[in-house]
Amino acid sequence: MRMALLAFAFGAALACVVAPLAAQTGGAAVVIDNFTFAPQRLTIKAGTTVTWTNRDDIPHTVMAMDRLFKSNAMDTDESYSFTFSTAGEYSYFCSLHPHMTGTIVVEGVGGGVTR
Amino acid sequence: MTTHDDGDGTSRRKVLECMTWAGTGLLWTVSGGVPRSLGLVDQAMAEEPRGLTFLQISDSHIGFDKPANPNAKGTLEEAIGRIKALPARPSFMIHTGDITHLSKPSEFDDADTIISQAGLDVRYVPGEHDILDPDVTLYRERYGRQGKGDGWYSFDAGGVHFVGLVNVKNLKAGGMGSLGDDQLKWLADDLRDRTASTPVVLFAHVPLWVIYESWGWGTDDGARALELVKRFGSVTVLNGHIHQVMQKVEGNVAFHTARSTAFPQPAPGAAASPGPMKVPDDKLRSMLGVASVTFKRGTQRLAIIDTPLQG
Repeated sequence: MRMALLAFAFGAALACVVAPLAAQTGGAAVVIDNFTFAPQRLTIKAGTTVTWTNRDDIPHTVMAMDRLFKSNAMDTDESYSFTFSTAGEYSYFCSLHPHMTGTIVVEGVGGGVTR
Repeated sequence: MTTHDDGDGTSRRKVLECMTWAGTGLLWTVSGGVPRSLGLVDQAMAEEPRGLTFLQISDSHIGFDKPANPNAKGTLEEAIGRIKALPARPSFMIHTGDITHLSKPSEFDDADTIISQAGLDVRYVPGEHDILDPDVTLYRERYGRQGKGDGWYSFDAGGVHFVGLVNVKNLKAGGMGSLGDDQLKWLADDLRDRTASTPVVLFAHVPLWVIYESWGWGTDDGARALELVKRFGSVTVLNGHIHQVMQKVEGNVAFHTARSTAFPQPAPGAAASPGPMKVPDDKLRSMLGVASVTFKRGTQRLAIIDTPLQG
């Protein structure tokens, strides 16, 4: 329960922090906790680097459905980053625990999603 | 829709009944083709079964060092120690995957050093933790050379046909474990010429039946494998992955999952996630263990004995 609350608090905090970062085409973060990607759906500007960090005691991966990007196994507190240069919607999952899924929405400089 | 919901409710109840099990090891006895539970390991020792007896260990996670069990090597050593102390020597042992935690060469080495002390022939199937190396070669080099495809294989022992399946590769987004078309075709060919009276044991890492879909505790195309063994009079399905004992019998098919030797995981839905469960230190060994299975000619069932490391 404690973990669930933490995950929720973390997710909520990210939602506040990530939006301004993304708007500046800086970095954005996704946290993996309790076998969940948070935020599960993240909207960023093209050119933004997204960093996934694993907070679980079990390794996870990040793999695009279309294999555009794929991390090695991330142990506890390890991270993986990928820079999204093209607008579009990118669905991904954990190749070890495929019920874990997430989406990165990349908006073009004009704000549109062309992919 | 209502019927479907009722069905789910029934299976959920069955799952919960199975949750009353607790222990460390699994001893399997095959007798007349159908597996049956003998009880816990100490009781199994007392029975001195005559016939084919083999052991199942699972989820040793060598390399795991988190609070749920900072010494996964130590608890595997304890499990192997109990196996060495069995009065009746088993014919062989199966390991249903997650030998290591992170697929590091040193973890495979440590696991081999400890498990080889049992002095038994060991047949492995991989868990998802055994194929984490970037090139995905370490498991196959060590254990999977004889296998087809991603490492699946079959062998015969004591009149029983054993099939080791791989259901942790090429997983689909949003899904659970997966066997894939190639492996299912091989399985159909492998079973084709066997007589229906041959006892069959299927073993794989992730449960072949759906235990809890939202945690991925099942195999997407497991039902297709079970369809292929439907005509056999005795089928036993042995899995790991969920770090707790669950069993059910459906017709001629007995399903059983083994405990981990490393750390327990929560009952389905009992926690926010299926991650390692931290329990008080004095409770840990009652939730880890091994299993022994005995097949006796002239009786109808495989006898399975789950033994906890303690209590």
